[in-house]
Amino acid sequence: MAYSDKVIDHYNNPRNVGQLDKSSSEVGTGLVGAPECGDVMRLQIKVNPDTQVIEEAKFKTFGCGSAIASSSLATEWVKGKTVDEAMQIKNTDIVKELSLPPVKIHCSVLAEDAIRAAIGDWKKKNGVSEAVGAEALAVR
Amino acid sequence: MSNIENGSVAVPAGVQLPIYMDNHATSQLDPRVLEAMLPFFTSKFGNAASRNHSFGWEAEQGVETAREQIARLIGATAKEIIFTSGATESNNLAIKGIAEMYKERGKHIITQVTEHKAVLDTCKRLEKSGYRVTYLPVKADGLIDLDDLKRAIDDQTILVSVMFANNEIGVVQPVAEIGKLCHERSVIFHTDAVQAVGKIPVDVNAMNIDVLSLTAHKLYGPKGVGALYVRRRNPRVQISAQMDGGGHERGMRSGTLNVPGIVGLGAACEIAREEMASEAARLTRLREKLKTKLESALDYIHVNGSMEHRLPGNLNMSFVYVEGESLLMGINEIAVSSGSACTSATLEPSYVLKALGLGDDVAHSSIRFGLGRFNNEAEVDYVADKLIDIVQKLRELSPLYEMVKEGIDISKIEWQAH
Repeated sequence: MAYSDKVIDHYNNPRNVGQLDKSSSEVGTGLVGAPECGDVMRLQIKVNPDTQVIEEAKFKTFGCGSAIASSSLATEWVKGKTVDEAMQIKNTDIVKELSLPPVKIHCSVLAEDAIRAAIGDWKKKNGVSEAVGAEALAVR
Repeated sequence: MSNIENGSVAVPAGVQLPIYMDNHATSQLDPRVLEAMLPFFTSKFGNAASRNHSFGWEAEQGVETAREQIARLIGATAKEIIFTSGATESNNLAIKGIAEMYKERGKHIITQVTEHKAVLDTCKRLEKSGYRVTYLPVKADGLIDLDDLKRAIDDQTILVSVMFANNEIGVVQPVAEIGKLCHERSVIFHTDAVQAVGKIPVDVNAMNIDVLSLTAHKLYGPKGVGALYVRRRNPRVQISAQMDGGGHERGMRSGTLNVPGIVGLGAACEIAREEMASEAARLTRLREKLKTKLESALDYIHVNGSMEHRLPGNLNMSFVYVEGESLLMGINEIAVSSGSACTSATLEPSYVLKALGLGDDVAHSSIRFGLGRFNNEAEVDYVADKLIDIVQKLRELSPLYEMVKEGIDISKIEWQAH
C-alpha cells in the first residue's frame, strides 16, 4: 500500500505520544477499538476548567500506519480548541488531511470516536450534560 | 520519541537494500536457470509438438530433459510429469480431474483447513456440484491429526488432498503417514507440494503420493510454469482433462508447451537436487539465528506453528501488541509479509493463523520471514536488528503493551468491536 506523505510523517514523527493522569478531574480519556479488529486508540485530553479549552492531548495507538496517523493528527487538532469546538471535528476532515484511501476510512472514524469518547469522559467527570454542550454550541 | 522509520540501525557492509526475504511468495530466478532458458527464447524457438523438423525436435529434447530432471527430484519417472501453467492450474486439474474421473466410485473428498485457496476454493466449487468435502482441522502446531483423517475416510472417499508444507507457517504435514493410510484404504492421495519441492526431500514412492503439484517460481525458476505428477503404476491414476484442445501431455493438458519455462523448471529442479542438503542446512542455521536474536531482545513474541516439522527457510512470528501493517511500514526496505488483516485484500486476518487457534489480535501481529538461496548472514543480522528497533518503538506507541506492562488483563476489558 502506498501511503501519503502526511501519513508517513505522522508515523515517523508521531505527535503527543504518552499518557495523562487518568484520575485527574481535568482529564478525559477515550479508549476505542478492539485488539481483535487490529486497532485500539487511547486519546486523552486535559481541559482548563474555566475556559473549557483543551490544553493538552496525548495518545497511544495499536494499529496500522493510518490509524497511528489519524490519532496523532487528532491530538494536534483538538489542542487549543474548546471541547465544543473539538466535538465538531469530523472523520471526513481527517480523511481529507491525510489523503486516506477508502479501505482506511475506518481509521479516521475511530479517531473521531476517540475524540468524542475522551470529551464524553471529561463531561461525565465534571457533570457537564450533553444538552449544555449543545446549547453552548448554539449560542456561539 | 525518535524517528520510527529512519531509526538508529545502520546498514552494515554486505547488505544491499531492499532485502528480499519473502521467498514463500516467489523467489529470484537463479542466473543458471536463466542461462539454460535463453536459447529457447531465441534460436531454439520450435514447437515441441512439431514432429517433422529439427526445430520441433530441439524443443522436444529440451522438454524431455526437463521432464527427467523434475522426475529425478521427486523420485518419479519422466512419463508421470504433466506440464501446466503453475500450481493453481495443477491443483485445479488434479482435484477436478480426479473428482470427475472417479465420480462413479464415490463423491467424497478430504482436505484440510490451512490449504492454499487454489485447493480450498476448488473443493468449494465441487461441493456446489454435489460432492461432499471434509475439511480436517489442524492442531495448534498446524499439523493435522492422523486419527481425524482415519475417521474421515469412508467408502465414498475418492481423494485426500493435503499440502506438503504450508505457505504461511512452513509446517510440514506427515505426508508419508497420510500416503500410507490412503493406500491402505485405496484412496488417491494428492499433495500440493509447491513449498516443499526442492527444499526438503520428496519421494513419491516412499511417501505413497499419487498426484503432486509443483511450480517453478518457488524454487528459483521462472513464473508461469508448473507441473503435475500423476502416478502411472500401483495404482495408475487417471485424470479428466479440464481443457479441450490438441491432446498434449497424454491428453491430460492440452496447449502448446511453454518450452523456455519448462526448460527453466527442469534446470531449477536439477540445481535443487544437487544443492538441497547444503542449502537446507545453511537456511536452517540462518533461520535459527534470526529467531534467537529476536527472542533474546523482545518479550511477548512467539513462533506460529511447529518448529520441529518446518521448512528450513520459514519463520512465522507474532509480535504481540504491535499491529503487522505498521510493523511492515517501519521496515519498508525489507520484503516480508504479514498475516494482518490490513495487508490483505479482504481485511480479514490470516485464516491459516486463525486455524491454529490464535486470536485475531495475535494474527494481526504476525510476520512471515521466507529465507532463501540468495539471503546471507549479514542480511539476517540487519533484519533482526531493524525489527527489534521498530517493535520497541511501536510498543512505546501501543496502549495495549502499556496496559499489559502495568499488569492490566486486556482480555478482561470490554472492547467495542467496530
